[in-house]
Formats: sequence, structure tokens, C-alpha cells
Amino acid sequence: MIHSLFLINYAGDIFLEKHWKSVISRSVCDYFFEAQEKAGEPDNVPPVIRTPHHYLINIFREKIFFVSVIQTEVPPLFVIEFLHRVAEMFQDYFGECSEAAIKDNVVIVYELLEEMLDNGFPLATESNILKELIKPPTILRSMVNTITGSSNLGETLPTGQLSSVPWRRVGVKYTNNEAYFDVVEEIDAILDKSGTTVFAEIQGVVDACVKLTGMPDLTLSFMNPRLLDDVSFHPCVRFKRWESEKVLSFIPPDGNFRLMSYHVNAQNLVAIPVYVKQNINFFDSGSSGRLDITVGPKQTMGKTVENVIVTIHMPKVVLSANLTATQGTYTYDPVTKILVWDIGKLTQQKLPNLKGSLSLQSGAPKPEENPSLNIDLKIQQLAISGLKVNRLDMYGEKYKPFKGVKYVTKAGKFQVRT
Amino acid sequence: MTDSKYFTTTKKGEIFELKAELNSDKKEKKKEAVKKVIASMTVGKDVSALFPDVVNCMQTDNLELKKLVYLYLMNYAKSQPDMAIMAVNTFVKDCEDPNPLIRALAVRTMGCIRVDKITEYLCEPLRKCLKDEDPYVRKTAAVCVAKLHDINAQLVEDQGFLDTLKDLISDSNPMVVANAVAALSEIAESHPNSNLLDLNPQTINKLLTALNECTEWGQIFILDCLANYTPRDDRESQSICERVTPRLSHANSAVVLSAVKVLMKFMEMLPKDLDYYGTLLKKLAPPLVTLLSAEPELQYVALRNINLIVQKRPEILKHEMKVFFVKYNDPIYVKLEKLDIMIRLASQANIAQVLAELKEYATEVDVDFVRKAVRAIGRCAIKVEQSAERCVSTLLDLIQTKVNYVVQEAIVVIKDIFRKYPNKYESVIATLCENLDSLDEPEARAAMIWIVGEYAERIDNADELLESFLEGFHDESTQVQLQLLTAIVKLFLKKPTETQELVQQVLSLATQDSDNPDLRDRGYIYWRLLSTDPVAAKEVVLAEKPLISEETDLIEPTLLDELICHIGTLASVYHKPPSAFVEGSRGVQHKRLPARTGSGESAESPDVGQSVSVSEAPPAVIPSQGDLLGDLLNLDLAPPTTNVPVVPSSMQMGAMDLLGGGLDSLMGDDSETLGGDLGGSPAMGVAVGGAPVTMPAVGGGLGDLFDLGGGVGMTSGFYSPPKTVWLPAMKAKGLEISGTFVRRGGVINVDLSLTNKAMSVMTDFAIQFNKNSFGLSPAGPLQVLTPLSPNQTVEVSLPLGTTGPVMKMEPLNNLQVAVKNNIDVFYFSCHYPISLLFVEDGKMDRQVFLATWKDIPSENEAQFQIKDCHLSSDAASNKLQGSNIFTVAKRTVEVQDMLYQSIKLTNGIWVLAELRIQTGNPSYTLSVKCRAPEVAQFVYQSYELILKN
Repeated sequence: MIHSLFLINYAGDIFLEKHWKSVISRSVCDYFFEAQEKAGEPDNVPPVIRTPHHYLINIFREKIFFVSVIQTEVPPLFVIEFLHRVAEMFQDYFGECSEAAIKDNVVIVYELLEEMLDNGFPLATESNILKELIKPPTILRSMVNTITGSSNLGETLPTGQLSSVPWRRVGVKYTNNEAYFDVVEEIDAILDKSGTTVFAEIQGVVDACVKLTGMPDLTLSFMNPRLLDDVSFHPCVRFKRWESEKVLSFIPPDGNFRLMSYHVNAQNLVAIPVYVKQNINFFDSGSSGRLDITVGPKQTMGKTVENVIVTIHMPKVVLSANLTATQGTYTYDPVTKILVWDIGKLTQQKLPNLKGSLSLQSGAPKPEENPSLNIDLKIQQLAISGLKVNRLDMYGEKYKPFKGVKYVTKAGKFQVRT
Repeated sequence: MTDSKYFTTTKKGEIFELKAELNSDKKEKKKEAVKKVIASMTVGKDVSALFPDVVNCMQTDNLELKKLVYLYLMNYAKSQPDMAIMAVNTFVKDCEDPNPLIRALAVRTMGCIRVDKITEYLCEPLRKCLKDEDPYVRKTAAVCVAKLHDINAQLVEDQGFLDTLKDLISDSNPMVVANAVAALSEIAESHPNSNLLDLNPQTINKLLTALNECTEWGQIFILDCLANYTPRDDRESQSICERVTPRLSHANSAVVLSAVKVLMKFMEMLPKDLDYYGTLLKKLAPPLVTLLSAEPELQYVALRNINLIVQKRPEILKHEMKVFFVKYNDPIYVKLEKLDIMIRLASQANIAQVLAELKEYATEVDVDFVRKAVRAIGRCAIKVEQSAERCVSTLLDLIQTKVNYVVQEAIVVIKDIFRKYPNKYESVIATLCENLDSLDEPEARAAMIWIVGEYAERIDNADELLESFLEGFHDESTQVQLQLLTAIVKLFLKKPTETQELVQQVLSLATQDSDNPDLRDRGYIYWRLLSTDPVAAKEVVLAEKPLISEETDLIEPTLLDELICHIGTLASVYHKPPSAFVEGSRGVQHKRLPARTGSGESAESPDVGQSVSVSEAPPAVIPSQGDLLGDLLNLDLAPPTTNVPVVPSSMQMGAMDLLGGGLDSLMGDDSETLGGDLGGSPAMGVAVGGAPVTMPAVGGGLGDLFDLGGGVGMTSGFYSPPKTVWLPAMKAKGLEISGTFVRRGGVINVDLSLTNKAMSVMTDFAIQFNKNSFGLSPAGPLQVLTPLSPNQTVEVSLPLGTTGPVMKMEPLNNLQVAVKNNIDVFYFSCHYPISLLFVEDGKMDRQVFLATWKDIPSENEAQFQIKDCHLSSDAASNKLQGSNIFTVAKRTVEVQDMLYQSIKLTNGIWVLAELRIQTGNPSYTLSVKCRAPEVAQFVYQSYELILKN
């Protein structure tokens, strides 16, 4: 099982180590540094690294490498999933998963890691159980603690760990009972030069924020559940009900959680909300090039497309860009070679355009590769797949909760080739 | 106030300060101090000196302080074992606490303290906790058994904890079951054959029930455990699959992949015509696709596994090609994996899409990825015949870009395309030749040279092209050198008149100026071929090449099946069986896919062949290493890179001489003058043979063999078989040994012929025998006084004693010999006739014979027929006597003579025999009686040999 964990920052300093079995010297990280150097970009470090006596499985999150050490045959996904859970827990506890936050709360981090794994076996990874065991720091609490001398550690013991519904503690009480659901969809797409869809799919999630008293039993149904190609559920969802009736029936965890994630990959169902006309040319002589991009709304189902941002990774030889944008602002970073055009809202009347010249390093051959465009966008009140929540019912408790559903569509990995 | 303050104290007096604070009376100060200690510990500072002070803080009601002290203890107990004992009492007390969580915490922490003395105290509390009424304590205790096993395996077995753990598999609480399974799996890894997880339908049922209710991590343990089970029949298999499929919808990708493993394995048992089989196939695709939208690290592991799955069952993902399309900001490790899977899924139906994508990738920034994409285009051409033309034109387009590495990769793959579809796309050669100068990588140069050589007759200036390469011959890599050599020989065979000089130049470069043994050897082979029999040379060098197979880089089917059983593990990421690399797991069991049962299908499921599309021939991966023929036929894609230090060869023959004779037949009439001009003698063989140091003459070795037989004398009537080759030259770096055994004047000898078929002188010969049944051993050193020159043979007679170490061999007369010379030690084994051991004083007294005959039980008697023997009884008797088989008495009954004979072996064993000879009947009957019946067979063989020779 998982033997040790090292947290390493961008600069290559090991700023935290935790061992769940015997202590492994941090020199084992040298193999990781070697791989990191070879990979160049931190994103390109291979997730599984083999060393003579151990395996290093790592993830890169928020500029921190989480490097775990294993010694025996352990499913790598198990380890990676666990590391994600650790990163999420830091986020959850400290509001950000950063080196500073971890260092500020090192004892809590240590206590958390100790509770999450026992001898390398996952022990408590549910946020609500951990929060009962170890209270997250708040400004108020730390002030009170310093005055009264009490601690972060819960004096009550985590009852959830013993229950058959480990994700929910008993005795939850709210004065305002509310249940909100966000349907968030991301479009992953590749469009080719001419604007034809090469590939498109939708990744969707239903995130919930449930603050209900007692032990509510909820049922959520969709208007068109057959749209979904593949679904994964929070452990609270009763799979049998979904199989037979296509409804989500569950006793919710307390607070924020991801109820389900799904996947729509029937190509014809994936509407592409914007179109991009682009022309990027590099000239053989004169060390220059031209760029001309126009973005316009396409299948938006009558909604407004907002927060449109176009990002282009320019070839290395592009030194600067001299462009005019009819809407929004653009920046070009000559170090990272990234051109960002922040457009904002798309309107039907005036199509935003970015046009101008690029100057290249003199004497260098004209670049071979064509830069791809990355599009970011947001559409409020729309799930682009057409998924709609039908109704939410609550059983087991008598009060009437506030209910709400919000839809939003974003661009995931939305790329236009040139 | 944050914890970061703990990081700032790096003063020298820090430890003393902390010590004082730890011993403070104020609770709060104490706790702060422990926190500081923990903070120092997490960043790797050594605070072990504070051990006693920290342990003193353990006795407290404050739960947080207690936990912090526990954290400290786990880290440092190992380095301070004596001090750690101080903590034991508190632990034992806590294990009795009314609060289950305190009990669990105590037993959990105790297990983490890896100190022998503490583990002894752990046993009793642990035993109680394993049977605790509270499931939380039981589940913690289950893991504790694994911890204890890691520290002291023997203790765990002696205390019977393993059995308790096994009982926990049937626990009522799913979490306890999951942890018990996890603990047992971990323990089982260090006991591969212990059968700890003895799975039967009842336990399987328990596991499946627990599966639905335990945590995600527990589900992974249970699924991995289930995967080790082999269902009894297809019905059980189906019912397990049905209960596992819901796991495919889990949010945790590790659960999904473990479920995929179970399904992929158990599916093997389902009949393919079953409806459920089809349903299952359909259910597997969506979760696999979803894995690809996860974080890149998860994607990577998923892709490595999908790579296996598409090889085993391509039908699952055959419609999902598009999800493998590469996004420009994917990490490189994801890009490369996706590309690989795209090729595996490429088929006639989707090839257009795939090609368009690949062409797109070929203009990306990342060089490694671009290279692989170009190669992929070539692989598509080879895999999908209908697309070959389009692929070739795509490759030509790419060559036009003139991007150096793209051109080189393209040329490498075009060479493979030529091999797959000969005489189809050769029109592009002209374009390829234009790019000759830009090639700077060995693989591309070698590929181009291969193309020029292979199609020399169609390229007008092939000789010029090859000549231009030849200029820098010594600077080229071995791969290119070998290829160049072959290409020029091909060219010469195709256009002999113009390329005479060129071929001589390359041959002399290869054989004389190179110190690479592979290159030299190949040079010599071509040289001899060309000089002795050019027609044969043509047949060999220009032989038709086997077509390369369509699928490349396929994992060998048995390995694939094993890897399918390991989906989701490290083995599946590395595509190697776990036994190949997992340390710690001593002797991993090989897992196999279950055989299909029921519905009359044979165990060799037809879909293996179909899905992987393996034909009868093993799939030839494009770089066909180890294929000797292919190698000679010039596929130098992966040349051996070892550079053996070379024995200086004193080639004195001029190149002209060697080539001279052979040219006649190749060049017909014109060549006579040419041959003369070259100054070669037509009688090549003789010339070569006479040279002081040359290659072995072709006929020589064979001749030697025949000569030897005649050279053996028939001393004192002892029959000795002709020499046979015991050690062929091929196996002994040029040393050939043939020999025979002979008994001369009561002394056992082995007559050896040592022939040097290598090109260097051999010296320092020595011989040694392994222990053998009759203690044969050399009675003196091997007398080879002068060094053995190449092509020379020396005859040696080595006297043998029978007093060496004895060990029974199988067969009895097997003798293992080691011969050493200045080059190496060589081993061979040979069989000696047992008659070698028949001693001269083997004649038994008649009375003794009779008594002994009766004395030996009749079950020790063996009877044999000796057929086709036309000797009279007297002649036979005489002949046998020559080999120390003595006739004690003779009796004649009617037409039948009975000879009673005795033999004594060197080790004192007596063999008695009765030989019945009927006049007119060529068949003799031999009855052998001996106290050691195993020799009878060999005695019979000796009789037969002696009588018939």
C-alpha cells in the first residue's frame, strides 16, 4: 500500500514528508527530480516512475508535486485517486491548496494525513468525517483557541465512521433547509481549420449543496435521462433505482458534494455554441506574419455567450504582436509565447475581430507548426446537452425545503486548429 | 496565528528550548511544544533527542495532545526502542477504554511502532480487538494484523491471527470484510502459495454483498480479490459479472478499472453467443471512455490499460476512435499513448479520419510526438491495405515540407511499406532520393541505403549514390555500415560490370579496416559467397523476402492474457508480468485467464485468434530481430551494438585474389580477361587453403570428418566406434571436437581430434570431466603441445582412470566434459560404450558362476534379442573375448548353442550373461543377470555393437 508521501514545490524543495510505514529516505525523490528534469514541463512528468526499489506515483496540482512512494504492487489509479483526495482535502480545509497554506497549517495537515491512511490503507477520506475529527481552521476559531487554549481537534468522536451511511453525520440541524443543484456542462471539442467538428463531447456534473435537517431521503429526476451515455455517482446514490427507473435516489451528505458526473458523446447532440474564423499566416520573407480572427455565436439556444477568451500558443519565433481588437483586450506574453484575447460577451450585431501583424525573430525560418486556438466561454442558464431536472422530492422529514437548480455551460478543452 | 512559525525556529538552542517547554507545567505550553516538535519532524529535522520528554506528555486526557504524541512515537520509536517501552502501558490501558474510537486508535498506533519488544505486548490487545463488539475496532484491528505481519511474520502465524483474519471475511460489517480482504491480500503477496485467500462460492457471495456497501477503497480491495477467483462455470461467471457491473458507474476511477479487470477476466468464460456477452461488451465501453476525460495522470494509467484491452477485445472500443484524438495541450505521455491506441483501432471504416488526424499531428511542435505520428502513418499503410496509397501520398506530402526529422521518419516507414507491398509504390523512389543529403540519423540513412540497394536496377545512379555514402564509411554507425555493405553487394549482383570496384572497396573496408566483428563476418560471408559461387550468392542475397506482417508491436498472446488479469496494476502500466519487476513479491503466481466452459467450446477460445488477429505465424514485429535470414537479407534495423574486442586477423590475401575466380560465371565471356587482369587464380579453393591464415576452406571441415574414421586402430580386438563429433565448431567458437573411447592394453583411452575452425590460433587446452557413474577421470593432462593454428587438426589420446568421483548419471553412460582453451570454456556430453569398463580379469570360475546365477534373483534378469547376426557361436565367443566378455561355459542342446559368459566392470560389479545361438537363425537371445540391473541395457548395447562390427 501507500508507503510515504512527499510534497515538493515548484523549486524542487521537499517541504513535507509523511511516512505511513517505515521511514524512507527522502533521497528517493532524486529519481523524481531526474524524471522532472527530463520532462521539462512539469505537466509532462510521467505519473509513474520506476526506481530500483520503489515506485513513485505523482500528481501535479497547484504548483505542488504530490509524490507517493509505493513498494509493492498497488493499483496506480488507487494511489492517484488518493492523492487527488488529499489535494481536495487541503483545498477544502484551507481554502487553497498551496505551499503557504500547507506550511501555515502543518500540524493539521499531519493530523489529516494520519487520519486518511492507516498503514497505507485508506481510513477516512470523506470530508465530513474528517471535519468531525479535525476541525478546519477559521480565523475566529484560531482566535478563540489562542484565548481559551482549546484546540482544533474535535472533542466529539466521529460517529459517521461507524454508521451505515458514512457520508452523513447524525443530528444535523438547520434553521433554513435548502437544497441547491448545479448542472455544469463542459464542451470538449476539436474543430478543424474549416470549422467542421472533428470531435466533440460533453462532460457534465451535478454538484449539490444540501443543507437539510435530519436524515432526508431525496429523489431527483430528469426530463431526459436517456441522454446520458455514462454516469458515475456519489456512493450515496442507489444504483438499482437508477438502473430501473433512471431516477437519482439518495440520502445526501451534508454540505457540498458532487452527486454525479456524466458524459454525452453522441456527436450530433453536441451543439457548438461559437464559430471561429481565423487566418494566421507567416511570410517566407520579412520575418513577419498576419493574424485575423473573428468569433461569432453559433448554436446558443437563444442564450448569450459570455466570458469568451481566445488563447493561442504562438510558435517560438514570434517576438511580438501588433494587433487591434474591435472588442475586448489582448495581451501577448513574449516569454511564454501566449496570446490571450479576452472578448467578454458575444453579441449578434457586432462580431468581435482581432487583426494585425506578428513580428518574428529575424533570420529564423518560418515556423512549421500551426498554432491551435483554445476557446473559453460560459453560457448561463443552459445545459448544452439539453439535460433538464424534472423534480426533486424529499422523504423521511416533514419540513419543506427550499429547492433550486442552476444550469451553466462552459468550454472544457475546446480547441480550434489552424 | 499559523503553524508556519514552527518553521522559523532554526536556532542552535532550539532543542533545549523545546525540552524546557515540554516539561512545562502549563498544559497549553506543552501542547505548543509538541506541535513544534511535530512541525520540525515533518520537514525532516531530527528531533529524536526529545523522545523521553515527548513520551512523558502521553499520559493525558487531552485527545489532541495524545494524538500528537502518538504521531511522534510512530516516527521515532524505531530509533529509541528502549524508551518506546515506556509507552506500552498507556497503550494497553487505552485498548481497554470504553470508547471504541480510543481502543481503535491505541491498537492502530501500537501497530505502527515497529519495535520488536512492543509487538510482543501488542498480541493480547490485538486479539481482543479482532473480536471486539464494535466493527470500527475490528476493522482497525484487521489492518493491524497486516502491520504486525510486516514486522514479524512468524509471530502472526504463531498467534493464529491469520485464521482470525480469514474469519473476518465472513463478518457482518462490510467495512470489516473489506479491510480483512485488504490485509490478507497484502500478507498473501509475501506468501505467494499460502492460499490465504481461499475463495469458494460462499466467500465470493460474502464479498459481493460487502462490495455494495463498503467504501470506495474497500471496493477496490474486494474487486482485486474477486479477480483472483476462477468461477466453476459460465453461469457463476455471469452472475458475478452481473453483480460487479454497477461498479462501472463509480466516481472513483480505480474502482472502475478494477471492475473492468474482473469483467474482462470472467467474460472469457462466457459463451460468445450468449446475449449477456454482447450486453457486457456494450457496457464496458462508456466507462472506459469516461476515464479519458479525467485528469491526465488518470488518463495515462487508463490508456495503458486500454491499450491492453483493445488488443484483447478490439470490438469494445472500435466505434470510439474519436475519443483518442489528441488535444494540443495534452501532456506528452498522454499524446503518445493515444496515438498508439489510434493505430490499434484503425480499420478500413475509420482510416480516413485517422489519416487526417495523423497528418495534423505531423505539424505539431513536439518532436517526439511528430515522429511517432509519421511512423503511425506508415503503420496504417501496412495495417489497412486499402489506405496504403493514401498513406504513401500523405507521407510524400510530409517529405515535401522538408522538415528534417519528418523526412527521416517518413523514409524509415516507406521502407516498411515497400516491404509490405513490393512493386507497387516504387515510383516514389525518385522523390526519396532527392532528400538523400538531409538524412543525418542512422536509422533513416540505413533505410535509404536499403531502398537504393533493393531497387538498384531502377535507380540509374544507384552506384553513385552508394559510393557517396561509402566515402565516410568509418564514421557511420554499425547499422548503416552493415546496410551499406549489403546494398553494395546487391548492386553488384544486379549490375556486376560497373560496380566491380565499388564492391571490392566495401568488402575490404568491412573485412580489413573495421574492428566490428559483425561487420567483418558479414563481409567475409559475402566475399566467400561471391568468390565461390556467385549464382548461389545471387540466390541468397537477392532472395525473395518474406512479407512483413500487418500488426506491429503486438504483445505476445500469453503475456497479454496474463496482463489482462492484472488490469489496473503496475504490471499493466509497464506491460510486463509482475514477476518481471515487482520487488517484494517473492515468486508471484502467474495469473491466467479462465478457460471457457460449457457450450462445447474448446479451451482454446477462438476469439483469441480472431481478436488479436494472429495468424499461425507469430506476429512479426517490424524490426525483426533475431531472424537470421532476415538479418542476412539486410534488415539491420536493430543491430547489436556490442563491440567485442577483436583478435587481430592477419589477412594477407589481397582482395583481388579472393574475388578473381568467382567472377567468371557471373560475368560470362567478358570476364575471363577481367579475371586475369585482377590477377586471381582460377583455382580459388586451393589458393585459399594454402594461405597461412585464412578462413576455413569450405571442404576442409567435412573432409576432416571422413578422415577421422579411418584413423582409428583396432587394438587388441577391442571394438571402438568411429569418432563422432561431440562438440560442433558452431557451439565452441570454432573449436570442433570429435572423439571415441577405446580400451588399449587394459587402459581406457579417449581418442580426441581437435580441429580449429576459427580464424585465430588456439592454445592452452585443458580438459575436465564431471562426476560420472563409473568415476571416469583424465589420468593426465590433455597433451596439445603446439598451438593449434586455424584449420589444423590435432589427434590426442588421453588415458583415463576410473578412480574419480562417482555420481550416477542419466543415462548411466553419460559423460559430461569441459574443454578449455585460450578463448573460452566449452561443455559437451557424450556416451561411452560400457564395454570400455569390462576388465581383463573378468573370467569367472564355473562353480562360482553357477552359484552366482542362482543367487541373483530372477527379477534382475533381462532378456534381449540381437537380430541379424550371422556369426557362429565360436566366432562370436572369440569376438566377445576381445572386448573382455569371457565365455565361462558352452552347452549345446540340439541346434542351439548356449554360451555362459561373465563380465567384470571396473568398479567390481559382475555381469553374468547367457547367449543363445540357434544355427540358421540370425536372431540371438541374450539373458543378462546382474546385481545392478540398470547396467543390463548397456551390456546389451555393447553386445550388439561388438557382434555387428
